[in-house]
Amino acid sequence: MQQVASTVPSATERAPSRASVAVHLERVRKTFGEVVAVDDVDLEIRDGEFFSLLGPSGSGKTTTLRMIAGFEQPTSGRVLLHGRDVTGVPPYDRDVNTVFQDYALFPHMNVGDNVGYGLMVKGVPGKARRERVAEALRMVRLDGFERRKPNQLSGGQRQRVALARALINRPRVLLLDEPLGALDLKLREEMQIELKAIQERVGITFIYVTHDQVEALTMSDRLAVFNQGRVEQVASPADVYERPATAFVAGFVGTSNLISGDSAERIVGRRGIFTVRPEKIRLSEPGDAAHEEECTALGTVRGVAYQGSDTRYFVDLDGGLELVVTRQNLATSSMEALALKGKAVRLTWDRRHNLPVTKGGEGTEEE
Amino acid sequence: MSAATSAGPGGTLTGLRRGVASALHRRPRLQLGLLLTPPLAWLGVIYLGSLAVLFLSAFWRLDPDTTQIVQEPSLVNFETLANTEVYRVIALRTIGIAAAVTITDAALAFPLAYYMARVASPRVRNLLFIAVLMPLWSSYLVRVYSWRIILSEEGPLNWLLGLVGLSGPGFGEISIWLVFSYIWLPYMILPVYAGLERIPASLLEASGDLGAHGLTTLRRVVVPLAFPAIVAGSIFTFSLTLGDYITPQLVSSTQFIGNVVYSNVGVAGNLPFAAAFATVPVMVMAVYLIGARRLGAFEAL
Repeated sequence: MQQVASTVPSATERAPSRASVAVHLERVRKTFGEVVAVDDVDLEIRDGEFFSLLGPSGSGKTTTLRMIAGFEQPTSGRVLLHGRDVTGVPPYDRDVNTVFQDYALFPHMNVGDNVGYGLMVKGVPGKARRERVAEALRMVRLDGFERRKPNQLSGGQRQRVALARALINRPRVLLLDEPLGALDLKLREEMQIELKAIQERVGITFIYVTHDQVEALTMSDRLAVFNQGRVEQVASPADVYERPATAFVAGFVGTSNLISGDSAERIVGRRGIFTVRPEKIRLSEPGDAAHEEECTALGTVRGVAYQGSDTRYFVDLDGGLELVVTRQNLATSSMEALALKGKAVRLTWDRRHNLPVTKGGEGTEEE
Repeated sequence: MSAATSAGPGGTLTGLRRGVASALHRRPRLQLGLLLTPPLAWLGVIYLGSLAVLFLSAFWRLDPDTTQIVQEPSLVNFETLANTEVYRVIALRTIGIAAAVTITDAALAFPLAYYMARVASPRVRNLLFIAVLMPLWSSYLVRVYSWRIILSEEGPLNWLLGLVGLSGPGFGEISIWLVFSYIWLPYMILPVYAGLERIPASLLEASGDLGAHGLTTLRRVVVPLAFPAIVAGSIFTFSLTLGDYITPQLVSSTQFIGNVVYSNVGVAGNLPFAAAFATVPVMVMAVYLIGARRLGAFEAL
């Protein structure tokens, strides 16, 4: 395997921070026949970073990952790994490893042989191989599972074997394609924490594809939000949530209310597209007064969705706009929450929470 | 009026049908029994029954003086088989050529099946399917006779080889091997294709991702996973060759087990000896199937 020992200077110069660039996509485009899967994507993923590619299905995130792995070749553009142009280089000559969505464990091999496959191919002798397999399995808390067959393992265990099989090769970049997609919610949350801990321990760059915004917000150092083959925003989880660049990002990452056109002028006092998070809006009696620095609107509660820890209220504004408001059920019972249905209410929120966004790509969540 | 009269018998018929249906529903064992009796009777009586008679008659013998069959148990036929050189040669030739045909077909079928399952576009795949299956539309005899023409002294093969100063194999064991390999090839391609198609693409990608080149992936992942399917196909090529007697007769002057059985049934009238010789391929096949089962071929069928 060819390794780039030191980073290429130009990559360091171009890097947004002092950290060097692990993966650089340069105007990468991929088409399948008539379909444009990835459309002019520019991305810089830093060394040692947990980076997520977030987006709905068909947004191009998996195709992007597969081009980094080498399973697909870009129609145009370049892929650089640690400064080395790997466009057109086959997967077996790239210093990256992949954890597949279906785990892709070899069914005819036991766990030990699966995990040791990469070392076997590289000609690492048996004894050293066994030691490293045991070490890798210890890291994913599957000590002593060497002799089991993949079909004797649970979904979570297979997932960890797949992780060990990729990490044992000590790649500089690990690619994960919705690895937790097949697990149930509880296991998924446990694995999120575990994956993040492993990533911090080994210090390898993780590139993580997911359509689950909570997952992306929980684990990532930074994330790229994909929509229709394009990247709409690259930022930290907090920035993506609190300062969404486009209407699509605002809608896809969390629930968001969009205020535009005449409504924007009436409520915000300015033209443009604004988004307000549902948890920032306060519900009160129509007669209550609002502060000067607050936005306010009157409406009627059209629907109430009681969700245990909190409740979502769907409010039709008098000016013809629907806003979603969430409220924690601090002292509210389900009866009290549901009783609001059909009532007239006043909505108030701080002006600071009006986030201006651009229209962006043709977002599915748009009005 | 007419509606009322016809409703009467129709109603009882529906009622009867309902009654039977619900009675069956309450007795799943009876339902299963009714379903399985005809095929099991066929298998038990006709197939296993005739096999049992075959085994039994193998221990009878033909009285050479009266040419009558003596129905007393004896091992005379098996002694003749074991002690006569020519029968040993025939048995080994039959098994040997069946094995050679199986290996040849596996080697020919694998690349084609791989191409069909993993590379070809749906259109090309369909065309190849037709090409593989088309020979089965014509009669077996026609296909063997056409090979007789191909292989004959004045045939196209000799003409073609003559251009470079060579000559064909003529009519012998090589021609039997050639013709069998041709005739049974589709029976190898189809199971191997099915086996290769079942391998998820992500396994091949994973192998490459972990550093394996194409050939390593083929050797470590594709072939091991397709192996049960190859064994499944070999059951067909091996057993079909083992039991055949027409091809050896048409494209060579050598004999297979089947030819000896045939002449003993027909010309010599020595049914017990024919039965005894016929148990040889049955035994070989039994051993082969036990081995195939160990290799997981039945899950691949």
